[in-house]
Amino acid sequence: MSETAKSSALRGAAKSARVHVMRSQLGRVRGLGAAHGGTHHWWAERLTGIALVPLSLWFIYAALHLSGEPRSYVVRWAGNPINAALLAALVLATFHHAQLGLQAVVDDYIHHKRTRLVVLLLIRGAAALLALIALFAVLKLAISG
Amino acid sequence: MKDIRDALMVGRTSDGRLVHRPLSPHLQVYRPQITSVLSILHRATGIALSVGTLLLVWWLAAAATGDAAYAGVSAFMRSPIGVLLLLGWTASLWYHFCAGLRHLGWDAGFGLDLPQVHRSGRAVVIAAAVLTLLTWIVGLAVM
Repeated sequence: MSETAKSSALRGAAKSARVHVMRSQLGRVRGLGAAHGGTHHWWAERLTGIALVPLSLWFIYAALHLSGEPRSYVVRWAGNPINAALLAALVLATFHHAQLGLQAVVDDYIHHKRTRLVVLLLIRGAAALLALIALFAVLKLAISG
Repeated sequence: MKDIRDALMVGRTSDGRLVHRPLSPHLQVYRPQITSVLSILHRATGIALSVGTLLLVWWLAAAATGDAAYAGVSAFMRSPIGVLLLLGWTASLWYHFCAGLRHLGWDAGFGLDLPQVHRSGRAVVIAAAVLTLLTWIVGLAVM
């Protein structure tokens, strides 16, 4: 291969590497970041974030609508299947998103392996439990008032 | 060696040569910039909102439990501490909402030039402040 052909091939390779590979070479070899994994986490965070855009707008509207109303009114409101379904969706998306976000913070700032595992498990447990409490409350409101 | 941290700055290249790597300065060396401050704020409001979910769960559970429980949560939200928490919660929600949209825009490949990043950063702060204010104006009017 001539010298110019070689250098233009190298330039081409460098260019395509810039376009297709956003990660450092070391990162590619190890395939790991601080969290030891990540594409699924990243995607789930975006998807729950996108879901929360309309859901939180709706919830702000709902909270303003219900503000100052007695419990009987809130129960009647939550008895509407659309409101109950949106509340349940809000709860699921919120706690999934919160748990993913908090995990990213923990991955970044807690370096001690065992402490990190314990904190992550506590966050997951708390998020799951709170989500279940909220979901059962929504179901009870929707079904029996 | 001037600094003990110099010991961490020794590395090897892939062909085995010893090199002296630069160490990134500590956080307090950097001048706060709109980019870094807003990034930290996005995390801080995310953490605040995670804690704030307790209020949502309490409200739902109280509504499902009975009149006395619901009166309790309503009274708390009208107390000075409750109002302060709700104010922080709305401000955090609107900031995290707007900054989250900015992040989704970046993920889709929009607005990544530095002047655009500065402009969208200012827009996010202004939008969050205006939306928080509007929410409270409406909230106080209907209360």
